[in-house]
Amino acid sequence: MAMSTKKKSKIEVAFIYLFLLIMFIIIGYPLFWALMMSVNPGSNMLVTELFPSNPTWEHYAWLFTSPNSDYLLWYKNSMYIAVVNSVGSVIITSLIAYAFSRYQFIGRKYGLYMFLLLQMFPALMGMVALYILLNTIGLTDSLYGLMIIYLGGQIPFNAWLVKGYLDTIPKELDEAAKIDGAGHLKIFWTIILPLAKPILAVVALFNFMAPFMDFLLPRIVLTSPSNFTLALGLYNFINDQFSTNFTRFAAGSILIAVPIALVFLLLQRYLISGLTSGATKG
Amino acid sequence: MANSQSNKTSRNVATLLSIVIPGLGQIYNRRFLKGILFLLVAISFLITTWDLIDIGIWGLFTLGTIPREHHSIQLLIQGLIALIVLAFGIAIYVYNIMDARKDAIARADGKPIPTLLKGIKNFYDNGFPYFMILPGLLMLLFVVVLPLLFMVSLAFTDYNQYNSPPRNLLNWVGLDNFAALGSVNIWKDTFLSVFTWTIVWTVVATTLQIGLGLFLALLVNDKRVKFKRTIRTVLILPWAVPAFVSILIFSALFNPTFGAINRDLLSQFEIMIPWLSDPFWAKVALIMIQTWLGFPFVFALFTGVLQSVPQDMYEAADVDGGTRFQKFRHITWPHLLFATAPLLIMQYAGNFNNFNIIYLFNEGEPAVRGQNAGGTDILISWVYKLTFVTNNYNMAAAITIIMGLLISIFAFFQFRKTAAFKEEGRY
Repeated sequence: MAMSTKKKSKIEVAFIYLFLLIMFIIIGYPLFWALMMSVNPGSNMLVTELFPSNPTWEHYAWLFTSPNSDYLLWYKNSMYIAVVNSVGSVIITSLIAYAFSRYQFIGRKYGLYMFLLLQMFPALMGMVALYILLNTIGLTDSLYGLMIIYLGGQIPFNAWLVKGYLDTIPKELDEAAKIDGAGHLKIFWTIILPLAKPILAVVALFNFMAPFMDFLLPRIVLTSPSNFTLALGLYNFINDQFSTNFTRFAAGSILIAVPIALVFLLLQRYLISGLTSGATKG
Repeated sequence: MANSQSNKTSRNVATLLSIVIPGLGQIYNRRFLKGILFLLVAISFLITTWDLIDIGIWGLFTLGTIPREHHSIQLLIQGLIALIVLAFGIAIYVYNIMDARKDAIARADGKPIPTLLKGIKNFYDNGFPYFMILPGLLMLLFVVVLPLLFMVSLAFTDYNQYNSPPRNLLNWVGLDNFAALGSVNIWKDTFLSVFTWTIVWTVVATTLQIGLGLFLALLVNDKRVKFKRTIRTVLILPWAVPAFVSILIFSALFNPTFGAINRDLLSQFEIMIPWLSDPFWAKVALIMIQTWLGFPFVFALFTGVLQSVPQDMYEAADVDGGTRFQKFRHITWPHLLFATAPLLIMQYAGNFNNFNIIYLFNEGEPAVRGQNAGGTDILISWVYKLTFVTNNYNMAAAITIIMGLLISIFAFFQFRKTAAFKEEGRY
């Protein structure tokens, strides 16, 4: 009897590993395929091989050296937007979250409902209006226009997230500080902010990554290639002639995917704990 | 008795004076500086915004009267901005009235008039949360709320490719656009097929990604599995790679002419599947890709929660002779759901709005006879096409409103879940 249980357990474990192995292949195959495409010589997709007989770095070199390539410019644009978006959103959301978490004021409850509802509405829904608005204030085809939309659009979700986290910081701490004569801003700066660092890091990271991943908003707002972000530029690579530029696209994508994936894998533990602690508390 | 009578009179006088002219009630309360300040704010508000509000409200009602000279869309936007500005004005006005009344009551109760410094401090203390939210609120209003209001308004106009400013004026048409969705054949058929696919897509793709994520989380959490850290890292990989990159890679993989799936894999079995040109197979491909993209998030989420489930509960269940399924059903699942339900609802809402995958994979194609949306278009990608390709702004807006109503259902469940957590507290 004991023997058979042990055997059964062994078979079970074997099946678990088998299933995981299949998952590994399904996950790995597309990524590996893209990697291999990027080292295929030439640009004709019809003659590409999974294991090219003469692998080459020519597409990577092309991105950086060709006068026709705006890759570095796009990298710079994306970095610029990402840094501003990351810093700006931390400032804006931490202020809002502090007010919503610690103060009673008129409109607080309805403000929270509004955040909850608005975070489900994608920016796309108001796209026509955004475009016309940016047009009226002369910010179409401008990185600043894009930044403003990103900064405003992230508020509902992140304010909710940070507010939920701040609610878990004991109120006794700020009350003690208040008795010691600390003002509103001092409490915010010396007590709340240091304790909220983990969730603020999550917000910073999310908003740093977003401009690298989003392609829809840039596509609507930006028109001249010198203003493109990486996602938009890479999409345009293959949008016109899908089969002829894919190798270059693969090379360009791998150069963004690798650093982003590394950051993600390093920080994912914090992302998860930030999300679960922030989102489940209203 | 007489005293309380005069108290009542004085508070009513102060309120009334502030209703007639902002700041006057404060001056009556002998809070001269504050009164003058309110008066100045009121006057400067009126001077700076009078034209905007006047033209804005007029424009909102008429949408312009002279073609080519009046631009209906600009008038509409100005009208909406005027409404927002007006709301701010009314808020200040109401605050002024309440403030006058409050001060009158305080004065009648014999409280001393606060000094200037004290007054400023009070103002700072009471106003602090408002100062904190103001910058964000303004951005939110102009970047999110105003565009949504604009979109809602468009649904009740006749703004389309053939009738667009500045050449033509727009008109308010009431519910005509919604009626067209239900009665004009091409709209009715398209709407019905896009709507049903959107629902199927949302439910199937999201449930699959949650199911796979859950299953893998349970497997890897098994005590007998080794190298947990490495396995988890690999399983999270699809989440770590930017989605637009993976979708475009998949789009190439599924390409019938050079994609590896047909050329290298299925050709072994002499099968050729038209992944991009047949609506059914395109949908199957989309659901598979979304499962690939979406399960790692759920997996990571569940893995985090699984580690916090108290082990003694399982031990107690073992003592009672509980089966594996019973343990899952009564211990694991409630724990998982308790901690993650709002995020799971967000997953459904996210797929409902998942424009990126539909557009990047195949631009919503293939085309389908007898309807003006592609075979894989969901509501949001259809709206995008109606807006930016065929300029059917009014219909796009009407569909957006319907989407908004559907999203509100998600938000309702989301709220119920979050509210429930608030009462139960954390374990």
